[in-house]
Amino acid sequence: MSYAHPEALVSTSWLAEHLDDPSIRIVEVDVDTTSYDQGHAPGAVGWNWNTQLCDTTVRDVIPKAKLEELLGQSGIDNNTTIVIYGDNNNWFAAWAFWQLKLYGHADVRIVNGGRNKWIEEGRELTTEKPSVPRKTYRAREGDWGIRAYLPQVQAHVAVGDASLVDVRSPQEFSGEILSPPGLPETCQRGGHIPGALSIPWGKACNEDGTFKSREDLEALYQGAGVTPDRRVIAYCRIGERSSHSWFVLKYLLGYPDVKNYDGSWTEWGNLVGAPVEKGASQPVKV
Amino acid sequence: MKAEDYQERRESHAGWTMNIVSYRLGDRFHSTVDDADPGARLSRGEGATRDEAEGQALKKARRMLERTRRHPLP
Repeated sequence: MSYAHPEALVSTSWLAEHLDDPSIRIVEVDVDTTSYDQGHAPGAVGWNWNTQLCDTTVRDVIPKAKLEELLGQSGIDNNTTIVIYGDNNNWFAAWAFWQLKLYGHADVRIVNGGRNKWIEEGRELTTEKPSVPRKTYRAREGDWGIRAYLPQVQAHVAVGDASLVDVRSPQEFSGEILSPPGLPETCQRGGHIPGALSIPWGKACNEDGTFKSREDLEALYQGAGVTPDRRVIAYCRIGERSSHSWFVLKYLLGYPDVKNYDGSWTEWGNLVGAPVEKGASQPVKV
Repeated sequence: MKAEDYQERRESHAGWTMNIVSYRLGDRFHSTVDDADPGARLSRGEGATRDEAEGQALKKARRMLERTRRHPLP
């Protein structure tokens, strides 16, 4: 069985065959923002997630005008096919994908396996930054229904009418640690949102970083009680890992109502008086 | 240019599993160290040899992992 939206995913071999395709723009978005300069797929432009894909004044996604400028200077117009890849199994590639969908870009694709697979396969790399012709980009209204805000999450927690999926590690979920090991603690309290299910993002991936099959993904989520008949809200610490799981649920499994709560634990775990649960979840099968 | 001599292995430190990748680009070796779970990037290193690149990345990664606080659960 193929994915619900197979057009949203391309393989590394597909990318290798389309490096010179003028209808696409390749974009690399990494957790480690120095990786692009070390070597990237020929023709790829690099986007920095913590300066270019956000509002650097208030905590928010990229503002509309800034997105239009970024895409225009990247040689992207509204008809361009944007092909994104990155390190850490596409964490921030998925973050970019989600933001592009917020602003209604029609054709965005993720490279299955991301940067690591491209490198591991010994594919062509360059340190040369491409010279791309500036284009004019006009962001659309887009689909802001794929974003969950704090009041919505609080309302769902009160009523229990949505599946909350915590995609962080089990230790972050339990409250044993407040951030991924080695990274700065960005919250005052550890634990998880009451009622959330623990389904770490990495369970959706194979060893080589590619996504698991649709059958395996269905078994993972439905086995944990996350079904397509309910609204699903994914969250992590700052919203990028949950973009990855949001992509899986929305585009690979075709769940109709999936939101990314990008405020995530950094928001919830710093709220005064917010309810917090601690401890492990029930083990997830698969 | 292509990545050559790609190697990947796992190693534990301070109770955390690290995923260590190294490869050669041109005449330089590059190494990255991630948490095996949840997969966050910890550090990277570069050098004339694989040992030098990995050593640089591992030194920083170990220091970062040692700083991770474990909070007691009720």
